[in-house]
Amino acid sequence: MLELRDITKRFGEVQANDRVSLRVERGTIHAIVGENGAGKSTAMRIAYGFYSADSGDVVVDGEVRRLESPHDAIALGIGMVHQHFMLVETMTVAENIVLGIEPGSRAALDLKGAESRIRALSEEFRLAIDPAAPVEDLSVGQRQRVELLKALYREARLLILDEPTAVLSPQAVADLFAILRGMREQGKTIVIVTHKLSEVLALSDEVTVMRDGRVVGHRKTVETSAAELARLMVGRDVLLRVVKPESKPGEPVLAVRGLSLAGLDGERRLDGVSLDVRAGEIVGIAGIEGNGQTELIEALAGLVDRKAVSGSIELEGKGIAPLSARQRRARGIAHVPEDRHRRGLLLDFDLAENSILGAADQPPVAVGPGRSWLKLDAIRRKTERILAAFDVRPPDPDLPARALSGGNQQKLILGRELDQEPRLLLVSQPTRGVDIGGIEFIHRRLVEMRDAGCALLLVSSELEEVMALSDRLLVMREGRIVGEVDPARTSMEEIGLLMTGGDAAA
Amino acid sequence: MKSFRDLLFPLAAVAAAFAVGAVLVLAVGDSPLSTYTLLIGSALTWPDGIGYTLFYATPLIFTGLAVAVAFRCGLLNIGAEGQLYIASFATAWVGITFAGLPALVLVPLCFLAALVAGGFWGAVPGVLKARFGAHEVITTIMLNFIAIALASYFTQYHYKPPGDALLETVPIGESAHIARLGRFIPGFPERIPLNLAFPLALVTCLLVYLFLWRTRWGYEIRATGANAAAAQYGGIATGRQIVLAMAISGALAGMVGINEVLGYRYRYYDSFSSGYGFTGIAVALLGRNHPVGVILASLLFGALLRGGLFVDIFTEHVSKDLVLVLQGIIILFVAAEALFRGPFGRRIKGV
Amino acid sequence: MSDILIVALLFSAVRLATPLLLAALGGLYSERSGIINIALEGLLLAGAFTAATVTHYTGSPWVGLAAAILAGALVALLHGIACIQFKADQVVSGTAINILFLGVPALLSGALFASTGATPQIPQNQLIPNLPIVIAFLLVPVTWYVLNRTPFGLRLRAVGENPEAADTAGVDVARVRYAAVMISGALAAIGGAYLSIGQSSLFARNMSAGRGFIALAALIFGKWRPVQTMLACLLFGFAEALSIQMQGVSQIPVQFIQIVPYVLTIVVLAGFIGHSRAPRALGVPYQEKR
Repeated sequence: MLELRDITKRFGEVQANDRVSLRVERGTIHAIVGENGAGKSTAMRIAYGFYSADSGDVVVDGEVRRLESPHDAIALGIGMVHQHFMLVETMTVAENIVLGIEPGSRAALDLKGAESRIRALSEEFRLAIDPAAPVEDLSVGQRQRVELLKALYREARLLILDEPTAVLSPQAVADLFAILRGMREQGKTIVIVTHKLSEVLALSDEVTVMRDGRVVGHRKTVETSAAELARLMVGRDVLLRVVKPESKPGEPVLAVRGLSLAGLDGERRLDGVSLDVRAGEIVGIAGIEGNGQTELIEALAGLVDRKAVSGSIELEGKGIAPLSARQRRARGIAHVPEDRHRRGLLLDFDLAENSILGAADQPPVAVGPGRSWLKLDAIRRKTERILAAFDVRPPDPDLPARALSGGNQQKLILGRELDQEPRLLLVSQPTRGVDIGGIEFIHRRLVEMRDAGCALLLVSSELEEVMALSDRLLVMREGRIVGEVDPARTSMEEIGLLMTGGDAAA
Repeated sequence: MKSFRDLLFPLAAVAAAFAVGAVLVLAVGDSPLSTYTLLIGSALTWPDGIGYTLFYATPLIFTGLAVAVAFRCGLLNIGAEGQLYIASFATAWVGITFAGLPALVLVPLCFLAALVAGGFWGAVPGVLKARFGAHEVITTIMLNFIAIALASYFTQYHYKPPGDALLETVPIGESAHIARLGRFIPGFPERIPLNLAFPLALVTCLLVYLFLWRTRWGYEIRATGANAAAAQYGGIATGRQIVLAMAISGALAGMVGINEVLGYRYRYYDSFSSGYGFTGIAVALLGRNHPVGVILASLLFGALLRGGLFVDIFTEHVSKDLVLVLQGIIILFVAAEALFRGPFGRRIKGV
Repeated sequence: MSDILIVALLFSAVRLATPLLLAALGGLYSERSGIINIALEGLLLAGAFTAATVTHYTGSPWVGLAAAILAGALVALLHGIACIQFKADQVVSGTAINILFLGVPALLSGALFASTGATPQIPQNQLIPNLPIVIAFLLVPVTWYVLNRTPFGLRLRAVGENPEAADTAGVDVARVRYAAVMISGALAAIGGAYLSIGQSSLFARNMSAGRGFIALAALIFGKWRPVQTMLACLLFGFAEALSIQMQGVSQIPVQFIQIVPYVLTIVVLAGFIGHSRAPRALGVPYQEKR
């Protein structure tokens, strides 16, 4: 029913889709799997008319179509349920569903008519949604069903669901699957974009695997296995070999017990996380992004509302849970954030002022009463030292941070944090958006820090990286540590299975 | 810091405003050329033109700095008007109540009163924002009205000379007066109210510059305004920076009282401000929130205020409201282009 | 106080609340769509000046009212362009308009009437003291209906709460916001017209005296809903009527009564800790995603 032929799409430097071709048969549930950044969402957004491809064709019901906007896709019977819900909380279900295609006249909205139609659809597909309910009262699972109703109301024959189970509890997932199967019986075609292999195996008829913007495989679900899919997903790319002497771990530096964090919507972002990091070792955390790694690092750095966090955090034997971010820095915790533009840099400030972020209250940079006077020459010396030691180019302290490339920005941040000579270094996605030379450089420096006695906690969604760098490797999924492995002796497939929940014991 | 491009946009805004103003002048039946000549010319004569221009620029420097500092923290301080009223009244009150003290004590005391009162009036909306998320724009506007009302009340019921028709207080003590510049500059008459507050304003600009770019507090305020998430990451307590920035902003606005009460009227005069607080917004925007820019923009608006008076009297149809119109257009243009620029002072939306 | 005095007070309150209500309802449309409208003060003045001037020249208050509505919509359009097209800071833009309309009417009246800001007196039979009151209070249920029972109102609310959701649903966010802003200009202008050719008989310099800001306070106090906003306006109108009555009669200084609406607003703003009822996307310029 839907076919993509040689779809190619580039966003700036990133090749999101590279000659992607796939084919969805009518009346099936088709899964598209891949890691974050594999290009699956992009391909589907092109199918939905949200983006337009640089080249290639979208074929609907056998005819090549030009999709200029979601309107065109909807007219052809394609509907999409986004990963992040597009709902207006203060309005009712019915109001949200009819937004944009309001029934009735200019002067009078026919909500009653809409409500009865929605009720009928809800019953037909067993969605159990009351159209008059305000969306803000609905649970996450229910809101997702409203999004489904939106598509059904517009008479979608093919429904694309983008990471639908990312925010659902296991029970809600089971409910959703029952509904999707019901829809398939009713003749609907379903495409589900996901990285969770257990779900693919449980639900789909066919599966297409994508990696790095390309389609790397297509199987009938009954003919494949989790292991095969995992292997296709993570690939047999050249493993970055980091020359790494044996680690000599020393005293425990970080001890975390039962760390839990509830998000704004009540969902548990961290669920009883416990881990240790000793001096002179790199503990890595592998996992698909969005499984609690961000929250873990931010909670340890003191950037999360301390009231929402429960559990204990000890640095060198002393509890630090009630301490502020500044106090934790003073105790020797440094942090390379995963989003360097949002958290790590003041883009419009020059390199000198960026090099003191997080350290502006320390001598020799700050002197005088209250450590309030900034010594410009000390700042400049510090900046030049960092720029030289970390090969930041161009090494001009007066440049705005915005002017540096991603790799150089990252080196600056790393240099700044390491200049603090921390006891514990929290590193998240250290080489995202960094070129090969920069990656090698950063990896080498991290190992050097380890050998100098620093304790490092490393989060990365690049499996090769975290396997190569870590002395011990923990795997995180759904806010929990689901396993610990020795990265030197474990295969990528095994780790991949832990990451994606492909193992039978979930 | 000051690049050529940085200067270009404000100049373009001023030029555009003058162009639109010229159209309006034509519409009311006067000649733009002669009007503008009068406008600028009367501001440049010696001693009166320049003297009054600098005198009018003085409160604008203070309010311009006030708004600029707040902007640097990502806040919009519309309350400079109320802050300067409260502070001016406080200054007058000290000058009246402690009139017997010698100048060496009284002048600093009055000075302090202005800073504390203005700082307090600025800190209140800062706390409301940091603690309760209350939008500082609305709270400061409300506080403006409250400030004017309170000062008016105290003037009317407690400090007015009996039988006086004007709404003003009794005079402050002689020792609280600060000298007019005419005393120090040969050929410059003392009847022109330009006083020590003007050099004080220039010094304050320097102090603000040093504060923002050479102290840790200033750095943390600017970081909070530039990227609150990164500031928080760097250990900065963004809530505290908001309150600090607003308090400093209020104190700066409050210094207008020194010019007005200690150097000019020697009493508190109800509704004395010709919208200095609002013009301060234009000054800060035009000056790109930088002390040097604030000085330049204040000189421009000071000149417009002075020239406006002459335009009012000596033209057929145009009134001094032309200046208000020019101001409004300048703000509009600067606001519209400001978002293209970048380093403006982003609004804090929560981390 | 006798019964007659109380009734007179109530009538007075209604009359004084009218310009507030019109401006506040105007602000409601704009802010519910996500555009902060600080410019209500300037819009009131624009409407008042236009109404007085046009009525003076044409002799008909109806034409004056119509002209005022047009003027208000155009001035608001200016604000809209700055905010929607140029993504200007909405508060700064609104402030600019307020400053502009302190100056423009005075400038023009200086030219047209050789005055310092006032228009000539308009004869009694050319005033419309009652119609705007009716319009104002009728607009309350009308606004409620438009917001909740028409497609336009649905889109407007969506755009103010979650413009991305609206955009995804195919709603033209910019267009809805432009419409909302222009409506706000038109309504505020009617309020202004009432000031100059309804409540009094001429335009005087800066005659709105802060009413635009009080209307904003009433809007916030009324949680951006029509009926509650009306009640808030009545409250403020009552306070004003009371203060007029009490001047000279009672001990409480007039200033303390004057500041009641402002103190009230601050209390209200501080009271909603974090969870404010403001439209979620208020004040945030929207960048189209595609």
